[in-house]
Amino acid sequence: MEQIPILKVGRCLLVSIQIDMHDKLAMALQDDLTHKLVESRARGVLIDISALDLVDSFIGRMLSNIAAMARVLDAQTVVVGMRPQVAITLVELGLTLTGIQTALDVDRGLTLINRLIDAEGEHGAGGAR
Amino acid sequence: MAANPTSRLLTLLDKHEQKVLTAWLASLVASGALRSGQVKEELKNQSQKFLREFIGGLKSGQADDIAGEDWSSAREILREFSRSCALQGFTPSETATFVFSLKEPLFNLLREEGKGNAQLLGEEIWAVTKLIDKLGLFTAEIYQQSRDEIIRRQAHELLELSTPVVELWHKILALPLIGTLDSERTQTVMENLLNHIVKSGAEIAIIDITGVPTVDTLVAQHLIKTVSAARLMGADCIISGIRPQIAQTIVHLGLQLDVVSKATMADAFALALKRTGQVISGAAARPT
Repeated sequence: MEQIPILKVGRCLLVSIQIDMHDKLAMALQDDLTHKLVESRARGVLIDISALDLVDSFIGRMLSNIAAMARVLDAQTVVVGMRPQVAITLVELGLTLTGIQTALDVDRGLTLINRLIDAEGEHGAGGAR
Repeated sequence: MAANPTSRLLTLLDKHEQKVLTAWLASLVASGALRSGQVKEELKNQSQKFLREFIGGLKSGQADDIAGEDWSSAREILREFSRSCALQGFTPSETATFVFSLKEPLFNLLREEGKGNAQLLGEEIWAVTKLIDKLGLFTAEIYQQSRDEIIRRQAHELLELSTPVVELWHKILALPLIGTLDSERTQTVMENLLNHIVKSGAEIAIIDITGVPTVDTLVAQHLIKTVSAARLMGADCIISGIRPQIAQTIVHLGLQLDVVSKATMADAFALALKRTGQVISGAAARPT
């Protein structure tokens, strides 16, 4: 069965979605990710969707869910690498993924997530920016 | 079709092609198709070619159906002719006259050669009229299509022209909007902006609306869309150039722009520099 790899990079987990998502895969990803978060005690989740040229409401909701789950496990979520066409489609659909941080690429995403983690460390447990 | 009313025309045309061509050219000149300065040599060339194809089409015997295979070369010539007319700015009548003025020489030919038989002459003239009318309409249609094409292209160029994305500084883009924001322009603006964000890796985009004459709910909605899309790509937006009237309108309409806004581009730029942690020594000296 297809699986989405979850890699540990520094304090974060890097999830690179490169295949079309469907229900089962999304459930498996959520399952894997939460387990891995608990196991590795990572403080951030970086989701790379640069390979997706189609993001519908289903994937949008999945991203929101993952962000919410990560939040419960005390980790920040940043979605990176969204393509321009995807961003336009999402906005047209009225999905602006509120509550999810975004960055242009993995590099900037890492910088952002480290900053968020550091900021949280300073202020104690706090909400997103 | 009783004995094909165009068959006699065909025989006559075969015999008198040159004569008809001369008469046609004369009537073209007389009707003023040359008025707009179309080169006479070129016109003559085209007339000659078209007449030949016209005869070719008649030979096929399918005088009723100019959409058919047999008329394809005649159609091609007409298409080329009307397109060039449209491009050169001829009026529709001038373009259609090209075909319609062929009627007179043809009718004359039929009349001269077919003395006596009024019934046959009538039938023949009717058949030719129908045919020429169809060809004329075809010309007008192509003319219209070419014009539409020109208009579409110009609209597209205008769209491209009016939505430049400027790289102001490292990681800072500016998007000066000029003119009203409708849905189509918003789409172009958005695409342009997002592509530039990817290309330049910008973190902040300043959307300057100094050139936007009015901001109503629709324009605001389009602005918000653009801002949200940029945000999804990981870039923040600052809206600048809000004129006093526009500030009032926004409040009166109860619009929530939900984005940082500054009165001038300079202020927005200063903020953008601060956010990206960059300093220009001149800006620091600015008394604000």
